[in-house]
Amino acid sequence: MQHLIHAYGAVLMSESRLSEIWQQSWQHRSFVIGIILSFIMLLTGVVSLFWTPYSVELLDIPHKLQGASTAHWLGTDHFGRDVFSMLMVGAWNSMLVSVFAIGFGAGIGVPLGALAAGKRGWVEESVMRFNDFAFAFPALLTAVMLSAVYGPGTINSVLAIGIFNIPVFARITRGSALSIYKREFILAARTAGKGEVRIAMEHILPNIASVLIVQGTIQFALGILAEAGLSYLGLGTQPPLPSWGKMLSEAQTMMFFAPQLAILPGLAIVLTVLGLNLLGDGLRDILDPRLRRLR
Amino acid sequence: MTTFLAKRLFALLITLLVASLIIFLLLEILPGDPASIILGVGAQEDTLAALRTEMGLDLSAPERYFRWIFGILQGDFGRSYTYDTPVSELILERLSLSLPLALLAISLSTLLAIPFGVFAAANHKRFADTGIMGFAQLGVAVPNFWFAILLILFFSVKLGWFSAGGFAGWEMGLGAALKSLVLPAVALALPQAAILARVTRSAVLETVREDFVRTARAKGLSRNAALWRHAVRNALIPVVTILGLQLSFLLAGTIIIENVFYLPGLGRLLFQAIAQRDLVVVKNIVILLAATVVTINFLVDMFYAALDPRLRGGTHE
Repeated sequence: MQHLIHAYGAVLMSESRLSEIWQQSWQHRSFVIGIILSFIMLLTGVVSLFWTPYSVELLDIPHKLQGASTAHWLGTDHFGRDVFSMLMVGAWNSMLVSVFAIGFGAGIGVPLGALAAGKRGWVEESVMRFNDFAFAFPALLTAVMLSAVYGPGTINSVLAIGIFNIPVFARITRGSALSIYKREFILAARTAGKGEVRIAMEHILPNIASVLIVQGTIQFALGILAEAGLSYLGLGTQPPLPSWGKMLSEAQTMMFFAPQLAILPGLAIVLTVLGLNLLGDGLRDILDPRLRRLR
Repeated sequence: MTTFLAKRLFALLITLLVASLIIFLLLEILPGDPASIILGVGAQEDTLAALRTEMGLDLSAPERYFRWIFGILQGDFGRSYTYDTPVSELILERLSLSLPLALLAISLSTLLAIPFGVFAAANHKRFADTGIMGFAQLGVAVPNFWFAILLILFFSVKLGWFSAGGFAGWEMGLGAALKSLVLPAVALALPQAAILARVTRSAVLETVREDFVRTARAKGLSRNAALWRHAVRNALIPVVTILGLQLSFLLAGTIIIENVFYLPGLGRLLFQAIAQRDLVVVKNIVILLAATVVTINFLVDMFYAALDPRLRGGTHE
């Protein structure tokens, strides 16, 4: 981050601006709540990689559908699996899908948006038309088509959510890059003989990074929601791998005698999404100078 | 305005064309042999051959594509393999549930969101604003299918006021049919209302700062009259845009919600078609939904341009 900040100098953050941001962050209520919630979820997911109270593949039918106890903190499901362990692994799975989907969407969308802003004319028009077209396919429709042909699975979720992320990132990149392209230091860079790709990488991207980070946080939250929806429908993560959506769809058949199973995974989704949304809102307030003036 | 309309209409047609090509490519060309996907690995060769002829798979790809498109234009969506009925009949039958459900949900969410959003803006930074926005923040984070499950838990399992799923059917009377749509519509509407209320609030906050609102106040209009007659009316442009975008999310939402409540709508048909690998049904529902989304976006653009002449330049900024 530090070398990025020093690289272009022109409009970016100085050391004092960074420390100002740092101080502001901890006074911003949404940001603090958001980062705490997000950190808890991230930690839960990471810990699940090497430790869970019980194995999520361990079936223990004699102890099925138990309530919360010291042995099973959040009880067990209809196969006697430990619900807390399943929620932990589910956290990692849904974060992984969402992160890859953002990588996919931003990896294609950001260059497209920068290209549109840099070239203008018919290139821009084509990119925007492509965007309109990609918007016609909500993640669910793409996932439906992929599953109809290739069967359901985690890769489908990543692709479907990722494709939906492309126009989002392309639009926001183009919008923010347009104003940067008008600045004098871009003209200076051109005069100095820098190529388009170098200008985009060294001058445009660092200057729109904060906007992209904010959007990325929001897309992360949307990705978690979409992944949960897809795995609820059985189009996403497949058993025996636990996922929050799948846990909810299984719980729905047992609502009359084990309602707690239908509540816990939903709470996990809500807390994660809420945390990320608050974090995104906080980051936007802190990083967006226009909003800062308004306050 | 006419050139703008012509340009956007042309873009709409191109988008639809590309969308149909992608769907065709993804569902008919990439899988290799759609017939063997439909019938599964254990299918007999003569059954496969019969299905290939029935589906027109012995024709060349461009021929199949044009037959499909021209068929759609004439209202012929092909024949479902699993239901053995024309797909258009299936779609029409299921739309009689999905369309009222979507309309009910969007009306409910608009009726809730706009008053709450305006009220929050009018009480900016006061307790009511913080409270409403807190709820909205929570509402955005709640997945609609989980909210649906909670509604079932409370209103069906605990109170027994509504059935936990299924559809009474329109022939059982309007009351009974609508009753089975209440919980699904609420489940769809509330998360949408949360987003819409936030947009309404910030749009109204932007417009109340404008000079014309101050002028209206100076003319002697009361605070509420200036708010509703001037600020809210002008704030409606971004609200309608989001409403348009939400309609397309709503379509996706109905697919999930219909599955939560076991409602025999378009979403459930699509879902069953995937399970049964009925590619003809999948292909046609997907193109129908994609076309709806694109058309709604087009109409929103038109509405936008009609309200604000500055937007007719055709730029996207």
